[in-house]
Amino acid sequence: MSDDVWILGIHMTKFGKHPDKDVVDLASESVLGALADAGVTMRDIDVIGAGNLMGASAGIGQQVQKQVGQTGIPVYNVANACATGATALRVAYLEIKAGEADMGLAFGVEKLAGAGLLGGPRAASSDEGWTPRGRFGAVTGLEGQTGTSSMPGVFAQIGLDYAHRYGGADFELFARIAEKNHFHSTLNPLAAHQKPMSAAQIMADVMIAYPNTRPMCSANVDGAAAAVVVSGERLKSLPVEQQRRAVKISASVLTSDPWQEACQVLPDVSTLTKVAARKAYESAGVDPADLDLVELHDCFATAELIHYDNLLLCEEGGAADFFNSGATWRDGATPVNVSGGLESKGHPIAATGIANVYEVATHLRGEAGPRQIDGARVGLTHVIGLGNACAVHILERSAA
Amino acid sequence: MTTSQATRVPIVDYLVLEPEPHLRAHECVSCQARYFGRRNACANCSGTAFADVDVPTGGVLRTFTIVSYAPPPAEVPFVAAIVDCGGTTAAGKLLNITPAPENVVLGMALRLATYSLGEDASGVEAIGYGFEPADGETVEGGLA
Repeated sequence: MSDDVWILGIHMTKFGKHPDKDVVDLASESVLGALADAGVTMRDIDVIGAGNLMGASAGIGQQVQKQVGQTGIPVYNVANACATGATALRVAYLEIKAGEADMGLAFGVEKLAGAGLLGGPRAASSDEGWTPRGRFGAVTGLEGQTGTSSMPGVFAQIGLDYAHRYGGADFELFARIAEKNHFHSTLNPLAAHQKPMSAAQIMADVMIAYPNTRPMCSANVDGAAAAVVVSGERLKSLPVEQQRRAVKISASVLTSDPWQEACQVLPDVSTLTKVAARKAYESAGVDPADLDLVELHDCFATAELIHYDNLLLCEEGGAADFFNSGATWRDGATPVNVSGGLESKGHPIAATGIANVYEVATHLRGEAGPRQIDGARVGLTHVIGLGNACAVHILERSAA
Repeated sequence: MTTSQATRVPIVDYLVLEPEPHLRAHECVSCQARYFGRRNACANCSGTAFADVDVPTGGVLRTFTIVSYAPPPAEVPFVAAIVDCGGTTAAGKLLNITPAPENVVLGMALRLATYSLGEDASGVEAIGYGFEPADGETVEGGLA
């Protein structure tokens, strides 16, 4: 089967603090929202792809079925770090591509408000004696001893590595990237943070891992996002209004790391992103210059800069100049993270890979309200799950 | 090890303390890819034969961060660094440097140094490693 796959319905919850809702509540809200947006019910769905990284062994797909509709269809619970939501979407996409399903549901959900620093390695002490453990024969916890594996620290190193190689990027430039995203989210009612912050305010905020201060880090928040996808053939049988609002998935690509020198010392989030981007552009027949908007994985301000380059939005080594040109602001040539991105909209991990599709699809439908990018026809979404997994989707407006 | 040295253990098994402290990598015999951790096979070529190789103790700073926020027992702030040691990339913290951005220069020359993590209840001392500024002198593995 080589039929196209389309997004028929999509929804995201407000990102932020939801103390009165559990993960099933949030996921159900988003699933019911996506079904309503698609104009279908659980009886129409042939397959579910589901993700909740923090509860990866708990079977979130079946838990949500028990609230919104148990119909006996196959459920794939997936976990792929910060690419979990995008992976769930791709599972539903692949089932349709394989001819196993006509219509699929994908959702991701996370409760992270107040979670603090994520990815910090285990602590250890000399209480039990200096006993070598693990693949490095370590006698103690290695955080702060042989460097850092904390997320803000890893991505700080990745950003400064790029700065070292190509020049032009410094603390202030990284802060201005965060300033852009915090400005963009002032127009997004679903974003966790909606207050603008100046680069000076951002630089003066709490330092987490130089050059990333707190507002330059992705925001740990609660949220869910869900999408209903449909085969092109089935779409033709649906009312014209649904066909008009459908958004084509022109490319769906998932990659992991091809081995590179030192990639096991400092994660290389660039190579697999470049591979995914090239494959996506080729598959969709789209040129980076064609993109009307991009939602990329700004888990830290230092990450956004390098992904301009990795997604081929600029010339190799030219990310700082590209940003300085104003291209990635919402009125620029290639608006990036007009939702506010992970830094300001928020990053409920498993929801993120579908929430960025929600943002792009909403613009392609012309339904983004005050933050609408006028005339948007083509957009790209990107997520990175450290480890690494990279998902890139290219979306196009319906011609109908 | 001699009896006197048995009271010291390296923080990780890829740190070799004698005769002079240095890092040791597992090098794939087939493709020369280097790794610090225990291997099942080579991630580049899937080869299963490895030889231990000594890594130069000098290097240049490829990138860094100053971690200001980390769970205990890590002491903050500390400078985490990625160091190119003559073509082999290693992670380590910077030693004998005040952790402020103006003191850390990308491309600066560094050399391996060690420090004590203290003794456990049986009197065994753990030895950690890091990199310290080479103060302009030419170092093994470093760019002049």
